[in-house]
Amino acid sequence: MSTKRRKRRKRVLPGYGLTLGITVAMLSMFILIPLASVLVYSFGMSWAEFWELITRPNVVQAFATSIGCAFVAALVNCIFGLLLAWVLVRYEFPGKRLMDGMIELPFALPTAVAGITLSRMYSDQGVLGRFLENFGIQASYTRVGLTIALVFVGIPFVVRALQPVLTKLPDTFEEASTMLGAGRFYTFRRVLLPELMPALLTGFGLALARGIGEYGSVIYISGNSEKEGTQVVSYLIMQKLNSGSVDYEGAAAIALVLLLLSFLLLLFVNLVQIAAGKRTQQ
Amino acid sequence: MNTTRKWKKMVKRSSAVALTALLLMGSVTGCGTKQSKGDSDTITLTNVSYDPTRELYEEYNPLFAKYYEEKTNKKVEITQSHGGSGSQARSVLEGNDADVVTLALAHDITLLSEAGLIDSNWIQEFESNSSPYTSTIVFLVRKGNEKGIKDWGDLTKPGVEVITPDPKSSGGACWNFLAAWYYASRTYNGDESKIKEFVGKLYDNVLVMDSGARGATTTFVENGQGDVLIAWENEALLTLEEYPEDYEMVTPSISIKAEPSVAIVDENAEKNGTQEVAKEYLTYLYSDEAQKLIGEHYYRPCREEILNTFGDTFDLNIELCTIDDFGGWDQAYKDFFADGAIFDEIYSK
Amino acid sequence: MKKQKERKTIQQWLLIGISMLFFVVMLVFPLIEVLYRSLKEGFEIYINAITAQNTLSALRVTLIAAVVAVAVSTFFGLCASWLLTKFEFRGKQALSTLIDIPFSISPVIAGLAYIMTFGRMGWALPFVEWVNDLFGTDISLVFSVPGVVLATIFVTLPFVSRELIPVMQAQGTAEEEAAAMMGAKGFTIFRRVTFPHIRWGLLYGIILCAARAFGEFGAVYAVSKARGKTFTLPLEIDALYMAGSADSITQAFAVSSLLVLLAVVLLILKQLVEYRGKREQ
Repeated sequence: MSTKRRKRRKRVLPGYGLTLGITVAMLSMFILIPLASVLVYSFGMSWAEFWELITRPNVVQAFATSIGCAFVAALVNCIFGLLLAWVLVRYEFPGKRLMDGMIELPFALPTAVAGITLSRMYSDQGVLGRFLENFGIQASYTRVGLTIALVFVGIPFVVRALQPVLTKLPDTFEEASTMLGAGRFYTFRRVLLPELMPALLTGFGLALARGIGEYGSVIYISGNSEKEGTQVVSYLIMQKLNSGSVDYEGAAAIALVLLLLSFLLLLFVNLVQIAAGKRTQQ
Repeated sequence: MNTTRKWKKMVKRSSAVALTALLLMGSVTGCGTKQSKGDSDTITLTNVSYDPTRELYEEYNPLFAKYYEEKTNKKVEITQSHGGSGSQARSVLEGNDADVVTLALAHDITLLSEAGLIDSNWIQEFESNSSPYTSTIVFLVRKGNEKGIKDWGDLTKPGVEVITPDPKSSGGACWNFLAAWYYASRTYNGDESKIKEFVGKLYDNVLVMDSGARGATTTFVENGQGDVLIAWENEALLTLEEYPEDYEMVTPSISIKAEPSVAIVDENAEKNGTQEVAKEYLTYLYSDEAQKLIGEHYYRPCREEILNTFGDTFDLNIELCTIDDFGGWDQAYKDFFADGAIFDEIYSK
Repeated sequence: MKKQKERKTIQQWLLIGISMLFFVVMLVFPLIEVLYRSLKEGFEIYINAITAQNTLSALRVTLIAAVVAVAVSTFFGLCASWLLTKFEFRGKQALSTLIDIPFSISPVIAGLAYIMTFGRMGWALPFVEWVNDLFGTDISLVFSVPGVVLATIFVTLPFVSRELIPVMQAQGTAEEEAAAMMGAKGFTIFRRVTFPHIRWGLLYGIILCAARAFGEFGAVYAVSKARGKTFTLPLEIDALYMAGSADSITQAFAVSSLLVLLAVVLLILKQLVEYRGKREQ
């Protein structure tokens, strides 16, 4: 009773019920109820059928490909995203404004256009593909190409997560550390990285979640070969739907697993954020 | 007392929420009220078709509209929809308001008829199994044909890179697979293990497996991948017309008669009051003018006498099997392309 | 800033160089490729492509969808971020995670979600029909413009709240609480106290949301099948590209460049907004 009252007292501000109602109503109407209507199809299967389907070699492989490539892409994005954010926040150089403005291009470019353009550029007839071929790397129609497409899609997530944190971090922070005699790398690893970790993890999680479910931008560049292991989960879902037997149950079952995965990832991201928030408040 | 006040508050709040939600719903839907079908003088007809018929129907629709206006004094406006045959069929199943469907294979239409959208007798409704035009499967190779590809056997040679779409997600690709299968079964006199080995080798040579026929053409032509594209004859001829300097078409000794099917979607047509015009639309596909147009778009007209006038375009001597050699589409689908059927067995080896 | 400029070391230049290289290869190259291919066949084809009937119709649908989606996302964003930053309650984390779902959901599923709710096989179809009977309308929520709008809303819903939550969190609740103590009413508090703080964040979110709405493909593709009626620009591009002839591929890139242009204008706008926002602070 007493805790309840304390909670009540905290809400000095008006609008709790109203905003809660609107938020939940809109979320349910536009997102949750429609999503549930798809996922309900997977309940038509028995547990054994469900398990049999999601442990099929091609399904397991697709999940491995999607998660693996998205993971590598998210890592690459973390490295280059950190670099980009760092450079954008700390240095002045010609073209900086342009660079800052264009980071979100992958959000804005239709995924199909991105996919078509990338597949052409990285095929052995394209500019970058020919360049990579010199090193014996074939990009289009392999997992390399798939990963490149996911790097493209995920980069804004990391940069935009890091930028505000870096801006808030004063230069004096590192300066003090350097003054105290710490080396550059030591400063980075022991002083900066812990501060940036939550933001980096947020960006990583979002890029990974987006990458695992991606369809439009990877479908043209991946080659969709079961043998080469370049089928992604979204492709498999489409295959189930478009094949002659329109397998809603199978598609919904795979989608359910995918959804659970991304929900867990997002939850992880949110928990990291709260932890970070608590630390700064202390 | 406290509780009643709480209740009142809750009622007030929830009604506010409900009102907002309703308003929003209204604003969302209100802006896009669909024009009602069948205005007094203009009828709207929706034709849901598959990818490679785009150009054909772009020209057929005005031709039909002119004919129909002359005949009945009513204007007709046709909305086209294209995409992969399987996904197009599915969209109709899910509520895409198609009056007629013109899809790549009978199996996709059977799917709709099983769902009660189309009369189960649809295949007899129009001439030649409701296929006003047919096509076949051929090879497209790069100019000079360096790998010396002449027939299906050459596609299994080591080092030949083949482009063909995924039969599990593209209806057109099923025809490709069955044509290869039929060739092998003739070569090996029906010895199933040898046939499987042959087709398996062929699919081992597949470099890129796109999700649809158009995607495969793009991979071969635009992105320059592979030595040979297994393609529909009409697609191959269209590519030749577009790039005469770059490609050659090779006709194999044996192929399959690909029969794209057409049907009226009875449930929708009745609701929209378009039964009559839909029937007219599909029937007119068999007229002299339409059959000629079909030939010009590199589909084989179903009427013999018109097909023969296109002797220069098509290789009319090619030996063609039909889907009936596989026991009809439903059987073929079950035997070859269902989960765990022959295609999976061969390909995942 | 100036001080930094003076003591720029080789390492700093190296970092700038590497990030520039990455930026150019990953982001600028694709952009140039699109523009180059759209103008390859000459300006006339370009103009013809972007003024074609289908393109204009697609542009119309795209704008309708974007405007409605932005309005919905803004309204939702304001409510959700107020809720999540001004109050403590149980299940807050779960709710805030649920809000982010559209960010990570496969677009393939997003489109299917509405189809399975309002489509021919959907359980809510009788409700839609009942409303139609009631008002004598013939509205369909899938394979129609409203369907496109709904699908766009699905993918863009969290964009504004995502931008607002950190801003409002950083600001805290002290000012609003003080205003409330002094007897200000809810909306007044928001308008006079909160809004000035979040103005730029809000605009930024709106612009991002619009950019995403313009570019959405997967989800819309599932519910839009009629070219020239319900197609959006990304779908029109796909249709042109899939038409396969050399001309139509150039046209596809021309229409893409239109979309890219739209995106770049938005991104520049966003940049200006951010710049002004920073200066005011």
